[in-house]
Amino acid sequence: MKVAAYVGGVGVLGPGLDDWPGASAVLSGRRAYESRPTILPMPPLLAAAERRRTGRVVKLALAVALEAATRAGAEPAELASVFSSSGGDGHNCHEMCQALALETREMSPTRFSNSVHNAAAGYWSIATGSKRESTVLCAHDASFCAGLLEALAEVAVDGQSLLLVAYDVEYPDPLRAKRPIPDAFGAALVLTPQRESGSLARIEASLGCEPADSLADPKLEALRVSTPAARCLPLLRELAVQTRGRTVLDYLDVSNTIVHVEPCH
Amino acid sequence: MLHAMRPLFLRGFTATSSIGRGVEQTLQSLAGQRSGLRICEFETVRLDTHIGEVAGVDTEELPPDLKRFDCRNNRLAALAIRQDGFDEAVQAGASRWGRKRIGIFIGTSTSGILETELAYRERDPVSGALPASFEYAATHNSFSAADFLRRRLHLEGPAMVVSCACASSAKVFSSARRMIEADLIDAAVVGGVDSLCLTTLYGFHSLQLCSAAPCRPFDIARDGISIGEAAAFALLERVPDTLNGDDVLLLGIGESSDAYHMSAPHPEGHGARRAMLAALSAAGLEPGSIDYINLHGTGTPSNDRSESQAVTSVFGAATPCSSTKGATGHTLGAAGALEAVISALAVKHGLMPGGVNTEHVDPMLTAHYLKRNRRAPVARVLSNSFGFGGTNCSLIFGRAG
Repeated sequence: MKVAAYVGGVGVLGPGLDDWPGASAVLSGRRAYESRPTILPMPPLLAAAERRRTGRVVKLALAVALEAATRAGAEPAELASVFSSSGGDGHNCHEMCQALALETREMSPTRFSNSVHNAAAGYWSIATGSKRESTVLCAHDASFCAGLLEALAEVAVDGQSLLLVAYDVEYPDPLRAKRPIPDAFGAALVLTPQRESGSLARIEASLGCEPADSLADPKLEALRVSTPAARCLPLLRELAVQTRGRTVLDYLDVSNTIVHVEPCH
Repeated sequence: MLHAMRPLFLRGFTATSSIGRGVEQTLQSLAGQRSGLRICEFETVRLDTHIGEVAGVDTEELPPDLKRFDCRNNRLAALAIRQDGFDEAVQAGASRWGRKRIGIFIGTSTSGILETELAYRERDPVSGALPASFEYAATHNSFSAADFLRRRLHLEGPAMVVSCACASSAKVFSSARRMIEADLIDAAVVGGVDSLCLTTLYGFHSLQLCSAAPCRPFDIARDGISIGEAAAFALLERVPDTLNGDDVLLLGIGESSDAYHMSAPHPEGHGARRAMLAALSAAGLEPGSIDYINLHGTGTPSNDRSESQAVTSVFGAATPCSSTKGATGHTLGAAGALEAVISALAVKHGLMPGGVNTEHVDPMLTAHYLKRNRRAPVARVLSNSFGFGGTNCSLIFGRAG
């Protein structure tokens, strides 16, 4: 009924949230939140040829994954992974659909290879040399909790340390009108079966029907509501304040996810 | 990681592809070594290739309250769950376990993207806007496949799509296993559905991976894949106290990543080898206890070479194996589930299906490739699924008795 794990490290990147220390200061109320366009770094781990082929989704996912692994002091190659995104690479999808709507129908092979939903997981595996199991999920607006439940079940059942990476990137026009995600937001957690010296907290999740928690700051709440990956923010707030807590995260229309957080320090 | 796993019971299963609606037609086609591949006349596609198209998809009606989910992919899923009493088996499960205790985990690679491709032809000439009738979330979005099915089957447990390219619907078995083992659920609908669309037809063509002829896995003249479409599902539960001898169990799952290349497998099949070894380890089996291997066997020169090396490195050159993609085409995100059902049929009916279209097995591929059907007791089958991004999954199915 319940699945639990220890959080070893967190990575965050989004509008006005540059990394975990910055996000932690904002979420715990130590710093005011100011939204700014997300700036995505070039993935440092990838070879130049691969770096050129990566779009915003891959840059975002790799940035938060690397931050979480680094903060956890984990060897990326030893971590299994669960990637979850509500929609993958909308820019790439737009370019392909545009090409297919023309008489010539000239498809770019690189665009097609990058169009798979598991592109970020593939590049992460190539970049870090991780040969562990990796799965890639989509549950539309429920994608964060889908990833969290999958990840916690894997840690609990298989005793496997892993990386959970949730990420969404804006769609360009005209898809944006149908799916108005405002900007890139991603978060990653290293989850381990046992408490380790650097563990931040133990988290335990179960399914329930209570309404999901919102965030007091209207701009942060707008981010949470507009971007499926940012549905994790109430959980990150609990990790940031470092007190024993409980939060309810948005999941499906028929159920939400209740998470108990027990700090390790 | 190599984990021992508790087996799971396949309470029900079904498959619909170009070789048949439901398991009876599928079995008859396999028994007759018939291929469902035909010259591509799909939509407005003008490519010199063969495809495995399912007949009657476009006339399938979705329930009135689920019309917003209407797209080829969901119509194919709707058609498929009506076969083999699958819907009824799920409803019986829901009565037994409760709707919240059944998860639904569906593999797809392109979901209903065909709707978006069509909508891009109908953009407003001034504003560029997509037509008002275009439904992103209920058709294009990957989750649509699982969201439609959970509503159609009235399930309220955990739901998601696994989208790991051509390994998607093999990996859903792993998600289901972990959730059942963690006691978050008691049963799971798993499976895959992928349907024909321009993205994959023109995309694989752009990579020069499509054959003009019906695909010929493991043939010396193999020159690419034939794209197919399919929907296949299973209802997984913990193993009950009493089983019939011909009941089918999921015995092992192994997953790995290549860490090598986005669109090419490791040349010596190292990732594939690790997935097969992990599945054997999870099942607590030695390679010699596998009677037949249903290969990923796409029919591209490099994929088959890599897989053959991986198979012989684990099993030697004696274990019979074949690819059923010469019959069904490569059904991409549905391939793992379709071939899981074919593996279940192999176990249940003692049929190792020979690979159709293949005339001269490439002598460089040393795995024991079956060109003709073999009738013999099949206690255990291993099924391989590999995808872009270097994602690998092997499943082992076995007879209960």
